[in-house]
Amino acid sequence: MPIKTEEMVLNMGPQHPSTHGVLRLELKLEGELILDVKPHIGYLHRCFEKHCEAMTYPQVVPYTDRMDYLASMSNNFGYAVAVERLMGIQVNERVEYIRVIMAELQRIASHMVALGTYGVDIGAFTPFLFLFADRERILTLFEETCGARLLYNYMWVGGLSHDIHPDFVRKTKDFVQYFRPKIDELNNLLSYNKIFVERTANIGILPADVAINYGITGPILRASGVKWDLRKNDPYSIYDRFDFDIPVGEGLKGTVGDCWDRYYVRVLEMVESLKIIEQAIDNIPEGDVQEAVPKRVKPPKGSIYARFENPKGELGYFIISDGSVNPFRVKVRAPSFVNMEVFGELCKGHFVADVISILGSMDVVLGEIDR
Amino acid sequence: MTPEETLEILKNKFPDSEFTYDNELPVDAYIIVNPKDLLDVCFFLRDEENLQFDTLMNLSGVDDNNATKVKDEEGNEKLEGRTLSVYYHLHSMKFDHKFYLKVSLPIEKPEVESVESVWKCADWHEREAYDMFGIIFLNHPNLIRILLPYDWEDGSYPLRKDFETPEFYNGMKIPY
Repeated sequence: MPIKTEEMVLNMGPQHPSTHGVLRLELKLEGELILDVKPHIGYLHRCFEKHCEAMTYPQVVPYTDRMDYLASMSNNFGYAVAVERLMGIQVNERVEYIRVIMAELQRIASHMVALGTYGVDIGAFTPFLFLFADRERILTLFEETCGARLLYNYMWVGGLSHDIHPDFVRKTKDFVQYFRPKIDELNNLLSYNKIFVERTANIGILPADVAINYGITGPILRASGVKWDLRKNDPYSIYDRFDFDIPVGEGLKGTVGDCWDRYYVRVLEMVESLKIIEQAIDNIPEGDVQEAVPKRVKPPKGSIYARFENPKGELGYFIISDGSVNPFRVKVRAPSFVNMEVFGELCKGHFVADVISILGSMDVVLGEIDR
Repeated sequence: MTPEETLEILKNKFPDSEFTYDNELPVDAYIIVNPKDLLDVCFFLRDEENLQFDTLMNLSGVDDNNATKVKDEEGNEKLEGRTLSVYYHLHSMKFDHKFYLKVSLPIEKPEVESVESVWKCADWHEREAYDMFGIIFLNHPNLIRILLPYDWEDGSYPLRKDFETPEFYNGMKIPY
C-alpha cells in the first residue's frame, strides 16, 4: 500500500540565501515532491516607472542603473539608445565602440556572478571566489573610467559621461589575455565536475515551444536550443559589424534545456563577448564622446518600443513622449520579470533541493523584477 | 510582413470590426482594436500561417490622461472621455516581423479580455497593469496585485496620473 503524505505548504524566503535577493516562494509539497510553486515578488518595489514621470529624460539614467544592478552598463545602454532613436540623434563612432566594449565587459561580469553564485547554491564555494576576484578586474576598469563600481550613470543620451582614460585599451587587452585561460579553469573546476553535473543535468527541462510561449529570452531561451540573440537578430548600435557566434544548448550532459545547459550557455557566451571586445578594442576611432549630447532632451511627441540583449535576456523600454521634457510613460520589460513566470512550471515534479538548482540556473535579479 | 499588410489581412478577416491605423506618432505605429474583438484578433494573429506572432514582447498599461471639459445642461463643467490604454507589442520569431496593437478603455469601466490563454507571458504583465492602473482583464486566472502588497488599498492605482500619495499605510504614517 503506498504511503500517503499530507500536503504541506513551505515558505522559502524572502530572506533566504538561495533566492538571490528578496523573493518568496510558496512551495506546495507532498513529502519531498513539489506540487506547485507560487513566487511572490514585490519586496524591492520602488515604483521606478512613477519616478520616471517626474524626472527629465537624462535624470532617468541613474534610475535604470538600479534595476539590474549587476548589469548597469547594459541598462544605461538600452535607455540611451531608446531615447536617441526617439529623438533621431546619431552618436559618433567612438561612442558606439566604447559602448559596445563596456556592455560586453558588463555581460562577462554579470555572467561571472551568475555562474559563481550558482556554484555556491549547489555547494561549490571555490569557483565563486575565483570568479569574484576576476570580476573585480572588470569593476576596476569601470571604476577607472567613470568613478563608480556598480551604478555607473555612464551612458548618457547622446554620449558618455567620461571618455576612456589612456590606459584603458591596454588594460582591457590585458584582461582579455588574462581571462581566456580562466574559462578553461572554470570548466575544470565546476562545469564538468561530477557532483555539479549530477545536480544540474536533466533537471528543470524547458522545451523550446514552451519557452517561446512564455516569452523567455536570453541565455535561458538559447539553452533550450533556439538560436536567438537580439545582437544578431535585431541589431542595434554597431553589433552587426562583429563576428561572433550564438551559443545554444546542446544537451551535452543531459537533455536540451536543462539546468546544466543554461549554465553552460553562459560560459560559452563569455567567450563570445571576449571575441567582440578583441575586435572592437583596436578600432576605437578618435572623437568627442559628448559631441551629440543635447543641451535639452525634448523628444517629439511619439512612442517607441526598443529592445536590447541584456545579460539576462531581452530588456525592453517602452517610452511615450508627450513632447515635454519629462517622459509621459516609461515601461520597462525586464527580462528577469518575464523569465521568472515559467519558474513554477519548471519546478513541478522535482524535489525541494532541485528548486534551488532551477532558481540558480534562471539567474534572476530581484532589483529588476520588482523595479 | 509590414504592419500595413498585416492590417489588410485583419480587415479581410474581421469585416465587422473597426481597426484604426494610428501612424501620427513618428516612431512606432499602432493598430487600434475594438476591445470586444481583442481576443479573437490575438488568436488569429498567433495562429494564422503567414503571421504567426508567437511572442508577446511587452504588454503595457497607459493612462492617457486625455479628459476633455464638457458642459452639461446646467452649465457645470465636468471632465469626460478619459481612457486607459493597453499596448501589445507582438513579434514573430519565425518571420521576424512586429505588430503593435492598442486598445482604449473608458476609465469608468476599464475591462478587456485577458490574452493569457494566447501568450502565457501575458499573465504577469496583465497583473502588473491591473496593479498599477486598475485595468480589469476578464477571465484572467489570477488577477491579484503583484508588485504592491496584497493589502494595498482597493481602488488605489499608483501609475494613474491623478494618484495622490496616501498619508497612511495600514494605520502607519508615511514619513516622506
